[in-house]
Amino acid sequence: MSDIFERIREKFPEYFRSSHSNFGDDTILIKPEGLLPVMGYLKDEEGFNVLMDLTCVDYYGEEERFEVVYHLYDLTEKKRLRVKVRLREEEPVVESLSHMWKNANWYEREVWDMFGVKFLNHPNLKRILMYEEFEGHPLRKDYPLRKRQPRVGPLN
Amino acid sequence: MGVKRVVTGVFGEEGFITTKLDSMVGWARKYSLFVYPFVTACCGMEYMSVSCAHYDLDRFGAALPRFSPRQADLLMVVGTISHKIAPVLLRVYEQMTEPKWVIAFGTCTCTGGFYDNYATVQGIDTILPVDVYIPGCPPRPETVLDGIMKLQEKIQNSKQEY
Ligand code: SF4
Repeated sequence: MSDIFERIREKFPEYFRSSHSNFGDDTILIKPEGLLPVMGYLKDEEGFNVLMDLTCVDYYGEEERFEVVYHLYDLTEKKRLRVKVRLREEEPVVESLSHMWKNANWYEREVWDMFGVKFLNHPNLKRILMYEEFEGHPLRKDYPLRKRQPRVGPLN
Repeated sequence: MGVKRVVTGVFGEEGFITTKLDSMVGWARKYSLFVYPFVTACCGMEYMSVSCAHYDLDRFGAALPRFSPRQADLLMVVGTISHKIAPVLLRVYEQMTEPKWVIAFGTCTCTGGFYDNYATVQGIDTILPVDVYIPGCPPRPETVLDGIMKLQEKIQNSKQEY
Protein backbone atom coordinates (compact mmCIF):
# COMPACT_ATOMS: atom_id res chain seq x y z
CA MET A 1 0.00 0.00 0.00
CA SER A 2 2.97 2.32 0.28
CA ASP A 3 2.42 3.24 -3.38
CA ILE A 4 -0.72 5.13 -2.39
CA PHE A 5 1.42 7.13 0.02
CA GLU A 6 3.73 7.89 -2.87
CA ARG A 7 0.90 8.94 -5.15
CA ILE A 8 -0.52 11.31 -2.56
CA ARG A 9 2.88 12.70 -1.76
CA GLU A 10 3.50 13.38 -5.43
CA LYS A 11 0.09 14.80 -6.15
CA PHE A 12 -0.23 16.95 -3.02
CA PRO A 13 3.29 17.72 -1.82
CA GLU A 14 2.06 20.88 -0.09
CA TYR A 15 -0.47 19.01 2.04
CA PHE A 16 1.31 15.75 2.81
CA ARG A 17 2.86 15.51 6.26
CA SER A 18 3.69 11.91 7.08
CA SER A 19 2.54 8.35 6.68
CA HIS A 20 2.98 4.96 8.28
CA SER A 21 1.60 1.43 8.22
CA ASN A 22 1.98 0.48 11.86
CA PHE A 23 0.30 -2.82 12.68
CA GLY A 24 -0.83 -3.04 9.07
CA ASP A 25 -3.05 0.04 9.26
CA ASP A 26 -2.22 2.46 6.47
CA THR A 27 -2.33 5.97 7.80
CA ILE A 28 -1.54 9.36 6.35
CA LEU A 29 -1.34 12.67 8.12
CA ILE A 30 -2.18 15.68 6.00
CA LYS A 31 -2.59 19.37 6.57
CA PRO A 32 -6.15 20.52 7.28
CA GLU A 33 -6.13 22.97 4.36
CA GLY A 34 -5.75 20.04 2.03
CA LEU A 35 -8.59 17.97 3.38
CA LEU A 36 -11.07 18.67 0.59
CA PRO A 37 -8.73 18.07 -2.38
CA VAL A 38 -7.10 14.99 -0.83
CA MET A 39 -10.39 13.43 0.20
CA GLY A 40 -11.93 14.24 -3.16
CA TYR A 41 -9.00 12.54 -4.88
CA LEU A 42 -9.19 9.49 -2.60
CA LYS A 43 -12.89 9.12 -3.20
CA ASP A 44 -13.04 9.77 -6.93
CA GLU A 45 -9.78 8.36 -8.18
CA GLU A 46 -8.51 5.89 -5.59
CA GLY A 47 -11.93 4.35 -5.09
CA PHE A 48 -12.35 4.84 -1.35
CA ASN A 49 -16.10 5.13 -1.61
CA VAL A 50 -17.14 4.51 2.00
CA LEU A 51 -16.52 6.73 5.00
CA MET A 52 -16.49 4.11 7.73
CA ASP A 53 -15.91 6.40 10.64
CA LEU A 54 -15.00 9.92 11.54
CA THR A 55 -13.83 10.69 15.01
CA CYS A 56 -11.52 12.85 17.04
CA VAL A 57 -8.77 12.53 19.62
CA ASP A 58 -7.88 15.16 22.18
CA TYR A 59 -4.12 15.36 22.76
CA TYR A 60 -4.47 17.73 25.67
CA GLY A 61 -1.39 19.83 26.27
CA GLU A 62 -0.03 19.62 22.74
CA GLU A 63 -0.13 22.64 20.54
CA GLU A 64 -1.96 20.84 17.77
CA ARG A 65 -4.45 19.56 20.25
CA PHE A 66 -7.18 17.91 18.22
CA GLU A 67 -6.69 15.12 15.75
CA VAL A 68 -9.63 14.42 13.48
CA VAL A 69 -9.48 10.89 12.11
CA TYR A 70 -11.21 9.61 8.97
CA HIS A 71 -11.49 5.92 8.21
CA LEU A 72 -12.01 5.16 4.56
CA TYR A 73 -12.91 1.88 2.91
CA ASP A 74 -12.75 0.74 -0.68
CA LEU A 75 -15.65 -1.63 -1.31
CA THR A 76 -14.37 -3.08 -4.59
CA GLU A 77 -10.79 -3.75 -3.55
CA LYS A 78 -11.52 -4.16 0.15
CA LYS A 79 -8.81 -1.74 1.18
CA ARG A 80 -8.76 0.57 4.12
CA LEU A 81 -7.04 3.89 4.68
CA ARG A 82 -6.88 6.17 7.67
CA VAL A 83 -6.51 9.90 7.12
CA LYS A 84 -5.70 12.29 9.94
CA VAL A 85 -5.51 16.04 10.33
CA ARG A 86 -4.22 17.92 13.36
CA LEU A 87 -5.94 21.13 14.49
CA ARG A 88 -4.60 23.83 16.73
CA GLU A 89 -6.19 24.36 20.11
CA GLU A 90 -7.19 27.99 19.54
CA GLU A 91 -8.79 27.32 16.18
CA PRO A 92 -10.30 23.83 15.95
CA VAL A 93 -11.92 24.26 12.56
CA VAL A 94 -11.90 21.99 9.53
CA GLU A 95 -13.92 21.67 6.35
CA SER A 96 -17.04 19.53 6.44
CA LEU A 97 -17.19 16.42 4.27
CA SER A 98 -20.95 16.09 4.45
CA HIS A 99 -21.40 16.95 0.80
CA MET A 100 -19.04 14.11 -0.15
CA TRP A 101 -20.35 11.41 2.18
CA LYS A 102 -23.80 11.92 3.60
CA ASN A 103 -23.00 10.01 6.79
CA ALA A 104 -20.32 12.56 7.60
CA ASN A 105 -23.17 14.87 8.59
CA TRP A 106 -23.96 13.03 11.81
CA TYR A 107 -20.36 12.05 12.55
CA GLU A 108 -19.37 15.68 12.39
CA ARG A 109 -22.22 16.70 14.63
CA GLU A 110 -21.02 14.12 17.14
CA VAL A 111 -17.45 15.41 17.00
CA TRP A 112 -18.74 18.94 17.44
CA ASP A 113 -20.88 17.84 20.38
CA MET A 114 -18.17 15.86 22.15
CA PHE A 115 -14.99 17.78 21.25
CA GLY A 116 -16.08 21.20 20.03
CA VAL A 117 -14.39 20.91 16.66
CA LYS A 118 -16.18 23.11 14.15
CA PHE A 119 -16.88 21.96 10.60
CA LEU A 120 -17.04 24.67 7.98
CA ASN A 121 -19.98 24.59 5.57
CA HIS A 122 -21.80 21.93 7.55
CA PRO A 123 -25.54 22.18 6.78
CA ASN A 124 -26.73 21.68 10.36
CA LEU A 125 -23.99 21.79 12.97
CA LYS A 126 -25.86 21.25 16.24
CA ARG A 127 -25.44 18.87 19.14
CA ILE A 128 -26.55 15.35 18.34
CA LEU A 129 -26.19 13.43 21.62
CA MET A 130 -26.25 15.98 24.41
CA TYR A 131 -29.09 18.41 25.00
CA GLU A 132 -28.97 21.96 23.75
CA GLU A 133 -28.58 23.46 27.23
CA PHE A 134 -25.41 21.46 27.86
CA GLU A 135 -22.36 23.65 28.26
CA GLY A 136 -18.94 22.56 27.11
CA HIS A 137 -17.81 19.45 25.29
CA PRO A 138 -17.69 16.39 27.54
CA LEU A 139 -14.99 14.32 25.83
CA ARG A 140 -12.41 17.07 26.00
CA LYS A 141 -9.75 16.08 28.45
CA ASP A 142 -10.23 19.30 30.40
CA TYR A 143 -13.95 18.69 30.96
CA PRO A 144 -14.14 18.00 34.71
CA LEU A 145 -14.66 14.31 35.42
CA ARG A 146 -17.50 14.85 37.86
CA LYS A 147 -19.13 17.88 36.36
CA ARG A 148 -22.88 17.29 36.02
CA GLN A 149 -25.43 19.38 34.21
CA PRO A 150 -28.82 17.83 35.00
CA ARG A 151 -31.98 19.20 33.40
CA VAL A 152 -34.16 18.11 36.31
CA GLY A 153 -33.27 17.09 39.83
CA PRO A 154 -30.24 17.95 41.93
CA LEU A 155 -26.58 17.99 41.00
CA ASN A 156 -25.26 14.55 41.74
CA MET B 1 -72.11 -3.06 49.19
CA GLY B 2 -69.74 -4.34 46.60
CA VAL B 3 -67.77 -6.07 49.32
CA LYS B 4 -70.87 -7.82 50.57
CA ARG B 5 -71.77 -9.11 47.16
CA VAL B 6 -68.29 -10.54 46.64
CA VAL B 7 -68.29 -12.20 50.02
CA THR B 8 -71.68 -13.83 49.53
CA GLY B 9 -70.63 -14.87 46.07
CA VAL B 10 -67.62 -16.75 47.39
CA PHE B 11 -68.92 -18.05 50.72
CA GLY B 12 -72.62 -18.48 50.02
CA GLU B 13 -75.52 -16.83 51.84
CA GLU B 14 -74.45 -18.00 55.28
CA GLY B 15 -70.71 -17.49 55.05
CA PHE B 16 -68.89 -14.36 56.07
CA ILE B 17 -65.38 -13.12 56.50
CA THR B 18 -64.14 -10.28 58.57
CA THR B 19 -61.36 -8.05 57.42
CA LYS B 20 -60.36 -4.48 57.45
CA LEU B 21 -61.34 -2.48 54.42
CA ASP B 22 -57.74 -1.31 54.22
CA SER B 23 -56.29 -4.76 53.83
CA MET B 24 -59.04 -5.74 51.47
CA VAL B 25 -58.25 -2.81 49.21
CA GLY B 26 -54.55 -3.54 49.56
CA TRP B 27 -55.15 -7.14 48.55
CA ALA B 28 -57.06 -5.98 45.48
CA ARG B 29 -54.42 -3.44 44.55
CA LYS B 30 -51.43 -5.68 44.93
CA TYR B 31 -52.85 -8.25 42.53
CA SER B 32 -53.78 -5.80 39.80
CA LEU B 33 -50.63 -3.87 39.06
CA PHE B 34 -50.81 -2.15 35.71
CA VAL B 35 -47.23 -1.71 34.60
CA TYR B 36 -45.85 1.13 32.56
CA PRO B 37 -42.47 -0.12 31.31
CA PHE B 38 -40.10 2.80 30.76
CA VAL B 39 -37.46 0.81 28.91
CA THR B 40 -34.32 2.58 27.74
CA ALA B 41 -31.47 0.09 27.68
CA CYS B 42 -30.18 -3.46 27.99
CA CYS B 43 -32.20 -4.28 31.12
CA GLY B 44 -35.16 -4.26 28.73
CA MET B 45 -34.13 -7.75 27.61
CA GLU B 46 -34.53 -9.00 31.13
CA TYR B 47 -37.85 -7.22 31.43
CA MET B 48 -39.04 -9.04 28.33
CA SER B 49 -37.95 -12.40 29.60
CA VAL B 50 -39.51 -11.85 33.00
CA SER B 51 -42.81 -10.82 31.52
CA CYS B 52 -43.02 -13.70 29.04
CA ALA B 53 -44.19 -17.24 29.61
CA HIS B 54 -41.05 -18.63 31.26
CA TYR B 55 -41.24 -16.48 34.34
CA ASP B 56 -44.77 -15.22 33.80
CA LEU B 57 -45.47 -11.99 35.62
CA ASP B 58 -49.16 -12.81 35.27
CA ARG B 59 -48.90 -15.03 38.33
CA PHE B 60 -48.50 -11.83 40.29
CA GLY B 61 -51.24 -9.96 38.54
CA ALA B 62 -48.70 -7.64 37.02
CA ALA B 63 -48.57 -8.81 33.44
CA LEU B 64 -50.51 -6.08 31.72
CA PRO B 65 -48.22 -3.42 30.34
CA ARG B 66 -50.03 -0.19 29.66
CA PHE B 67 -48.41 2.14 27.21
CA SER B 68 -50.28 5.12 28.48
CA PRO B 69 -49.13 6.36 31.89
CA ARG B 70 -52.69 7.47 32.60
CA GLN B 71 -53.78 3.85 32.75
CA ALA B 72 -50.86 2.57 34.78
CA ASP B 73 -50.10 2.48 38.48
CA LEU B 74 -46.66 0.86 38.51
CA LEU B 75 -43.81 2.63 36.79
CA MET B 76 -40.99 0.24 35.98
CA VAL B 77 -37.89 2.21 35.08
CA VAL B 78 -35.81 -0.27 33.14
CA GLY B 79 -32.39 0.84 31.94
CA THR B 80 -29.99 3.74 32.02
CA ILE B 81 -31.60 7.15 32.48
CA SER B 82 -29.62 9.94 30.91
CA HIS B 83 -29.98 13.57 31.80
CA LYS B 84 -31.45 14.06 28.36
CA ILE B 85 -34.37 11.69 28.95
CA ALA B 86 -34.89 12.53 32.64
CA PRO B 87 -37.53 15.25 32.08
CA VAL B 88 -39.52 12.78 29.97
CA LEU B 89 -39.42 10.21 32.75
CA LEU B 90 -40.60 12.80 35.21
CA ARG B 91 -43.44 13.80 32.90
CA VAL B 92 -44.54 10.18 32.60
CA TYR B 93 -44.49 9.80 36.36
CA GLU B 94 -46.54 12.94 36.88
CA GLN B 95 -49.19 11.75 34.45
CA MET B 96 -49.84 8.51 36.31
CA THR B 97 -52.90 8.44 38.53
CA GLU B 98 -52.68 7.83 42.27
CA PRO B 99 -51.94 5.51 43.93
CA LYS B 100 -48.72 4.83 42.05
CA TRP B 101 -45.53 2.97 42.69
CA VAL B 102 -42.09 3.01 41.14
CA ILE B 103 -39.64 0.15 40.69
CA ALA B 104 -36.03 0.94 39.87
CA PHE B 105 -35.07 -2.00 37.68
CA GLY B 106 -31.33 -2.61 37.43
CA THR B 107 -28.22 -1.02 38.82
CA CYS B 108 -28.32 1.91 36.41
CA THR B 109 -31.65 3.13 37.71
CA CYS B 110 -30.72 2.46 41.34
CA THR B 111 -27.41 4.32 41.37
CA GLY B 112 -26.27 5.17 37.87
CA GLY B 113 -24.21 1.98 37.90
CA PHE B 114 -20.86 2.19 36.23
CA TYR B 115 -22.01 5.18 34.19
CA ASP B 116 -20.54 7.59 36.68
CA ASN B 117 -20.25 10.30 34.05
CA TYR B 118 -21.59 13.53 32.60
CA ALA B 119 -24.47 11.86 30.79
CA THR B 120 -26.23 9.68 33.33
CA VAL B 121 -28.60 10.34 36.20
CA GLN B 122 -26.97 8.90 39.32
CA GLY B 123 -30.02 6.99 40.50
CA ILE B 124 -33.59 7.86 39.56
CA ASP B 125 -34.41 8.47 43.21
CA THR B 126 -32.81 11.86 42.72
CA ILE B 127 -35.77 12.85 40.54
CA LEU B 128 -38.72 10.74 41.69
CA PRO B 129 -39.69 8.58 44.68
CA VAL B 130 -38.78 4.90 44.37
CA ASP B 131 -40.51 2.05 46.22
CA VAL B 132 -38.40 -0.95 45.33
CA TYR B 133 -34.83 -1.14 44.09
CA ILE B 134 -33.92 -4.22 42.09
CA PRO B 135 -30.14 -4.57 41.84
CA GLY B 136 -28.22 -6.43 39.16
CA CYS B 137 -26.76 -5.66 35.78
CA PRO B 138 -29.14 -6.83 34.53
CA PRO B 139 -31.10 -8.40 37.40
CA ARG B 140 -32.02 -12.04 37.02
CA PRO B 141 -35.73 -12.68 36.50
CA GLU B 142 -35.89 -14.25 39.94
CA THR B 143 -34.62 -11.01 41.43
CA VAL B 144 -37.31 -9.10 39.58
CA LEU B 145 -40.00 -11.45 40.85
CA ASP B 146 -38.62 -11.00 44.34
CA GLY B 147 -38.83 -7.25 43.87
CA ILE B 148 -42.43 -7.47 42.69
CA MET B 149 -43.31 -9.60 45.71
CA LYS B 150 -41.67 -7.07 48.00
CA LEU B 151 -43.70 -4.34 46.37
CA GLN B 152 -46.87 -6.36 46.86
CA GLU B 153 -46.00 -6.75 50.50
CA LYS B 154 -45.51 -3.03 50.76
CA ILE B 155 -48.82 -2.29 49.06
CA GLN B 156 -50.63 -4.75 51.29
CA ASN B 157 -49.23 -3.29 54.46
CA SER B 158 -49.47 0.38 53.69
CA LYS B 159 -52.26 2.73 54.53
CA GLN B 160 -54.66 2.75 51.59
CA GLU B 161 -56.08 5.91 50.22
CA TYR B 162 -59.38 5.66 48.39
S1 SF4 C 1 -28.06 -2.13 34.87
FE1 SF4 C 1 -26.71 -3.12 33.38
S2 SF4 C 1 -28.10 -4.27 32.06
FE2 SF4 C 1 -29.32 -2.73 33.16
S3 SF4 C 1 -29.43 -0.97 31.82
FE3 SF4 C 1 -27.69 -0.68 33.20
S4 SF4 C 1 -25.94 -1.48 32.08
FE4 SF4 C 1 -27.77 -2.27 31.08
